[in-house]
Amino acid sequence: MEFSDRLKKLNSKKNKYSWSETRDAWLFTGIGVVLFLVFVLYPQVKNFYMAFTEYNILPGQPSRFIGLENFRTMFISDGALGESKYFWVAFKNSLWAVIITVPGQLILGVMLATLIHNLTRGRLLYKILLYIPVISSWIVVSVLFKYIFQDTKGALVNYALIQANLIDTPIAWLQNATTANIVIWALCIWKGVGWVMIIYTAALQSVPKSMYEVAKIEGANAIQTFFKITIPLLKETTIYSIVQLTIGAFGIMIQVIMITGGGPMGKTETLNSYMYSQAFSQFKFGYASAVSIVMGIVVIGITLIQRRAFKEGQ
Amino acid sequence: MKKKKIAMQLGLQVLLIGASILAIMPFLYMLATALTKDTYTMPNPPILIPKEFYTGNFVSAWTSNSFSRYFLNSLFVSLVTMVLTLAISTASAYGFAKLRFRGRNVIFNVYLFSMMIPAVLALVSQYTVLNGLNLIDTYRGLILLYISGGIAGNTYFLKGFIEQLPNDYEESVMIDGGSRFTVFSRIILPLCRPSIATLAILSFMGTWDEFFAALTIIKTASKRTLPIAIRLFQGQNATQWGLVFAAALIALIPILIIYITFQKYFIKETDDGGVKG
Repeated sequence: MEFSDRLKKLNSKKNKYSWSETRDAWLFTGIGVVLFLVFVLYPQVKNFYMAFTEYNILPGQPSRFIGLENFRTMFISDGALGESKYFWVAFKNSLWAVIITVPGQLILGVMLATLIHNLTRGRLLYKILLYIPVISSWIVVSVLFKYIFQDTKGALVNYALIQANLIDTPIAWLQNATTANIVIWALCIWKGVGWVMIIYTAALQSVPKSMYEVAKIEGANAIQTFFKITIPLLKETTIYSIVQLTIGAFGIMIQVIMITGGGPMGKTETLNSYMYSQAFSQFKFGYASAVSIVMGIVVIGITLIQRRAFKEGQ
Repeated sequence: MKKKKIAMQLGLQVLLIGASILAIMPFLYMLATALTKDTYTMPNPPILIPKEFYTGNFVSAWTSNSFSRYFLNSLFVSLVTMVLTLAISTASAYGFAKLRFRGRNVIFNVYLFSMMIPAVLALVSQYTVLNGLNLIDTYRGLILLYISGGIAGNTYFLKGFIEQLPNDYEESVMIDGGSRFTVFSRIILPLCRPSIATLAILSFMGTWDEFFAALTIIKTASKRTLPIAIRLFQGQNATQWGLVFAAALIALIPILIIYITFQKYFIKETDDGGVKG
């Protein structure tokens, strides 16, 4: 101990880190670092290895290395047992979910934020009410949506549409791929709009009032002000929201498992729910890892493109 | 001019009342249906305002369907996760914010990088890691997974706050012969109270709602947490509307209580202390 202390002192001339500070730092951060390494970083790395094997979950049993076989199955296998057609359906559904739910949440959320921002009375109450879907459990609201979109006349949505004379006969929402996907998207948008609204009401408050006063003196109308002042000033908020919403849209899984079960015929499966069912219903762990890696690349790729596109637009 | 302003405010109020109804109506429907007797067939027309106050569905879910048990399980897992998360994250954040040691920037950058990758992608391999450590079907495994998953983000969140605190306090404690642990417990923690509160709320609610890790890792029926119990319950009692809704509402009530109590942490009335995501 003494020797090592002296050694540390000797080194400390070259080394700007003091021994006691390093020791304390590891006492503070060590547990966190170890847990992170074991349960977060190592699994992410192991995922890559698993993707190239026919992974065997039994402890001590070897996993067979099969090269790119999992990726081949995913992308180009065909025939009666061809898995790739299910993968591509899930892939397309995930992309559609991004294309529809990200702008849907963003536009409605910004609209609500603008309405609330211009309100003189009742701001707090509306914010509280509109945020309730955001804080509610996914599992609870998924159960709820499964029931309000039932195919009978008395189910809430069909009932409302019939009362409004928009349809004559009830729609079998969950029996048809397109309408079942619409239900899943509707849930995402309904639950996410409040989040966007809160982010933007905070951001709008930070825009200096003087900018608007100048615009007013110069004779700009409300729409011009919105597009020329508000939107450019909130660029950072918009990038942040779009990236978060995109990651969220790729995360769609509980809704699928709870509302449609992937059906009809696997046509509402998303990449995430597909990966989950391949691992934990089909026990194809290696294949599921391969799917998760493809998904990770797609998500990171899309969010990087979004960030880049916004930076260049400035 | 004044008339125009009043008309505009009126228009805004109408639009926002409409939006609020859309946000709230599904929950009213759920509550009203859960409070109605004999909902084996779908009520037509749908019930939005409860006509009776029948608590049988809640009683049945809570007692004969073990939801009291699942509720306590969820409470246990969420509270333990919350306490450990706070302990580990505050200590980590202090270490990264104020102490200098070799490798600090490398580790912290790895934390930042890991936050870019959606956590759910690792669930399959995390399962195999827990399986290798014999932690499947244990709360230890589940809680370790919850805590570990939050370390990078929570450390990042708190570090930003602790970094802004001046170093003077620290120096004066150390001159008086106190250790860094005195600094941490007597100075850093009290000053961080608002951020810690935010983190506590987020951690509790996140764990309370978590579905996939719990579904994957917990196998024994008596160990289930509420979200898994609801899923299985819904599968078995698909046509018993009132009962399923009552079970779902039992899971929702603590979240609503926390939300209403701590609403300022959620809806950013002020610029600081807001919750993102």
